[in-house]
Amino acid sequence: MGETLTIRLTVNGKTYDRSVEPRLLLSDFLRHDLHLTGTHVGCEHGVCGACTVLVNGESVRSCLMFAVQADGTEVSTVEGLATPADGSGIPHPEDADLHPIQAAFREAHGLQCGFCTPGILMTLVPFLEENRDPDEEQIREALSGHLCRCTGYQNIVKAVRLAAERVRP
Amino acid sequence: MSHDTTFTAPPAEAPARPRQVGASPRRNEDRRLLTGEALFVDDVHLDGMLHAAFVRSDYAHGMLKSVDLSAAREHPGVIAAYDAHDLGDYWEPGPLLVPPPPIEQLEFHTATQVPLARDKVRHVGEPIAVIVARSPYEAEDAAALVEVDIEPLEAVSDLEGGLEPAAPRIHEHLESNLAAHVIQRKGAYEEARERAHRVIKRRFWYDHGASAPMENRGVVANWDARSRELTVWDTTQAPIPIRNGLAAMLGLPQSEVRVIAPFIGGGFGPKIMMFYPEEVLLPWISMRLGRPVKWIEDRQESFFATTQERGQDHEAEIAVDEEGRILGVRDEFLTDTGAYNPYGLTISINTQCTLLGPYRVPNYHSEFRMVFTNKPIVTPVRGAGRQHGVFVMERLLDRAADELGIDRVEIRRRNYLTPEEFPHDHEIIYQDFAPLVYDSGNYAEAMDRAVEMIDYAGFESGVQAAARAEGRHVGLGIVSYVEGTGVGPYEGARVGIEPGGRINLVTGVGTQGQGHFTSFAQIVAEQLGVGADDVEVVTGDTARFGWGTGTFASRGAVVAGNACHAAALEVRQKVLALASSVLGAAEEDLDLADGLVRVVGSGESISLGELAARANPLRGAVTPGTEPGLEATAYFGPERGVTASGVHAMILEVDPETAMIRILRYVVVHDCGRVINPMIVEGQIHGGVAHGIGNAFYEELVFDEGAQLQNASFMDYLLPTATDVPTIETAHVETPSPLNPLGVKGVGEAGAIPVGALFAQAIEDALDIDGFEIRDIPLSPNRLFELIRDAREEG
Repeated sequence: MGETLTIRLTVNGKTYDRSVEPRLLLSDFLRHDLHLTGTHVGCEHGVCGACTVLVNGESVRSCLMFAVQADGTEVSTVEGLATPADGSGIPHPEDADLHPIQAAFREAHGLQCGFCTPGILMTLVPFLEENRDPDEEQIREALSGHLCRCTGYQNIVKAVRLAAERVRP
Repeated sequence: MSHDTTFTAPPAEAPARPRQVGASPRRNEDRRLLTGEALFVDDVHLDGMLHAAFVRSDYAHGMLKSVDLSAAREHPGVIAAYDAHDLGDYWEPGPLLVPPPPIEQLEFHTATQVPLARDKVRHVGEPIAVIVARSPYEAEDAAALVEVDIEPLEAVSDLEGGLEPAAPRIHEHLESNLAAHVIQRKGAYEEARERAHRVIKRRFWYDHGASAPMENRGVVANWDARSRELTVWDTTQAPIPIRNGLAAMLGLPQSEVRVIAPFIGGGFGPKIMMFYPEEVLLPWISMRLGRPVKWIEDRQESFFATTQERGQDHEAEIAVDEEGRILGVRDEFLTDTGAYNPYGLTISINTQCTLLGPYRVPNYHSEFRMVFTNKPIVTPVRGAGRQHGVFVMERLLDRAADELGIDRVEIRRRNYLTPEEFPHDHEIIYQDFAPLVYDSGNYAEAMDRAVEMIDYAGFESGVQAAARAEGRHVGLGIVSYVEGTGVGPYEGARVGIEPGGRINLVTGVGTQGQGHFTSFAQIVAEQLGVGADDVEVVTGDTARFGWGTGTFASRGAVVAGNACHAAALEVRQKVLALASSVLGAAEEDLDLADGLVRVVGSGESISLGELAARANPLRGAVTPGTEPGLEATAYFGPERGVTASGVHAMILEVDPETAMIRILRYVVVHDCGRVINPMIVEGQIHGGVAHGIGNAFYEELVFDEGAQLQNASFMDYLLPTATDVPTIETAHVETPSPLNPLGVKGVGEAGAIPVGALFAQAIEDALDIDGFEIRDIPLSPNRLFELIRDAREEG
């Protein structure tokens, strides 16, 4: 290993201090140093969007960022979306513990293999906060930075509408 | 969630209680996938795990003069580095996965991929050496230090050119680059041609691209010498054949090899190529080093190292009578297999057979030559050569309709096989080695539904005329196809009820997003009177189930689904027999619902969990001839595949100046027999159509004359996005298959198959330029612009 730098950042509310090589991608840092493997890597050149996470509340592609650039930030990943389990190991039958976007994806069949899904969810969290009542064109525009090979996007669009209805005050 | 959908067939019988099969419960697998808990191969982390990186050929064709690993071996963090010579006796070409089917006078020459290139490289991306290091970053650093000396040879990139006598020869042990020459005949085409009112001949090019699942391939291997177990996590669609093959190659008993296909991020065909060099090498490295080792493909690598599908060059003609009835079809084509052909003839036989479509074709001559080229290996991708055949037939019918002045829907109707004509023997051999016999179908009904949904009758005078009046170019396309699905040999399943009431279902097939955790659970739940979410499904772990082949050819629901059904029926029978003796009631008076067995009318009941406990007594004796527990294993092997079918219709707008298109409506009427889960079936269709739209208008693997791929990234190889794929309106026609107890047919690939043919017809209809014909797929705005310009210049 070459020269390392020390970084401190918060991920899903927990603070981490780590020594990392300057060239380590944020996506690899999250997945392989912190073992938060819910964030997926599909292309490593910023096209597919599978690795999307929130850095200080904004969607970013973690494969296009170095871990050292996240020093001092607050990062959110898919693992932080649902309410933490109560320890019983029994999932809530109505998915009430899931984030409304996660629950809507399940209800509308917005995922198949599920590999691209975590990144899409992390784009939709700020999108739905900023767009309480998006129309189909806005939803498709928001999704256009993500590639999905399984769903044809139709049920993802449906899931976003459903989630928007649910979270609207 | 199915307001886009209508059903035309009523349920077979009035259900006494809520049915599981035919319902759309939320998927069992989703919570794990939505929360980031699901395990994918790259999520496997083991103590002391090493990482592999491959050195690959930059040349499409060349003599491998030397490989110098010394600098790489010196690099910090590197544990080992190997080239072909280091493999010793382990170096062996891969198996011929699919030998040729029994077709008379067939010529077939094989050359299969090798673990690491030795003496020669035959395509860009062919692996030459492997570096093992403490981290993937260090492994890649060291890979860049490997000095490879290749003396370039002229590359074969073109099909016709590859067959020229002077063409560079790719495989020294063969006389030419001809991989196969196959003729299949039915009737007497030449005689039919003599009698024909018209013979219409065209040349077509149909290219098909990358599978591009969002998850690249990966392998983690861990040899544990103390427990004597090799565990391999592999992004494969076929864990059991991988287990069997690895055991044989490594000289281990199958019981000491466990292959796990965990959650897989999409497959679409290439994840069932066997064996990839990386699959062969990682376990060997782990055994040699005594440490776990991981390799994860990157996206650029996947464009060369993962198999793909490519082009076919067809010269085809159709002979028709005055009414547009097909007298015969003749088709001759060249097909590209890339540098090796481990998958045999599968794709081309699919093309040959699927060309016949839903039509009555009394005379057929189909002939192909498969050519080795210096491009990555070709194996099936969603559709697997079927789209090529459908394109040829649908285009010929469109031209026949034009020449005879017959409506394009009418000419198809006149040639459809009718429901009375099943089973229909096409008298040629399919890819599963069985005769191409269609089991059932109702093609005219699907066409009627599509015509109604897209308002075919009113389109020309309505939507199209109104658009024309505004100077816009809007066209309609409507095409048919069939898909042979659900081929053998067999799959198996084990169903068990645990004391406490948990229901387990284990099957051998791998799963890549098809919803098996739910649809298989529904099949079992239906028989045991529980909900789909009460059934815990395990797939793709050879330690849990060791018999089966894999997920391909749209066969999961058909073959594994019917095995689940058979196992569930056996368990149901055991439940009824035991409950009958416990409750003192006749079996016919018992009903299974809500996890209980009830005596109808009396209110007496016992839970499945309690019955399971009683079936595994701690005292007393299990009666001779019976087994403990409520568990059963069953298998299903169909005698031949089942034929799914459908009609796609589309309205699109073309801007003739920019050649950009916009899809205004997209309708799919599909028949996959009995539908297990409409939500999942529709999802499969949506994804297939999106893949087909990519194939028709966005995706193309562009190679130069040196067989170098020019667009090996998602920046340059364009997958359709959410703004390119329209809302798809679906309807189902249910013609149950008589060939399996559930009556199901496959659906995984269907959506992708007719889309190229549909685009061609709709674009021609929109532009309405005299003499303008689309004979090539894929299109693109550029390509379409050129075609429009050429047609106008000629016109």
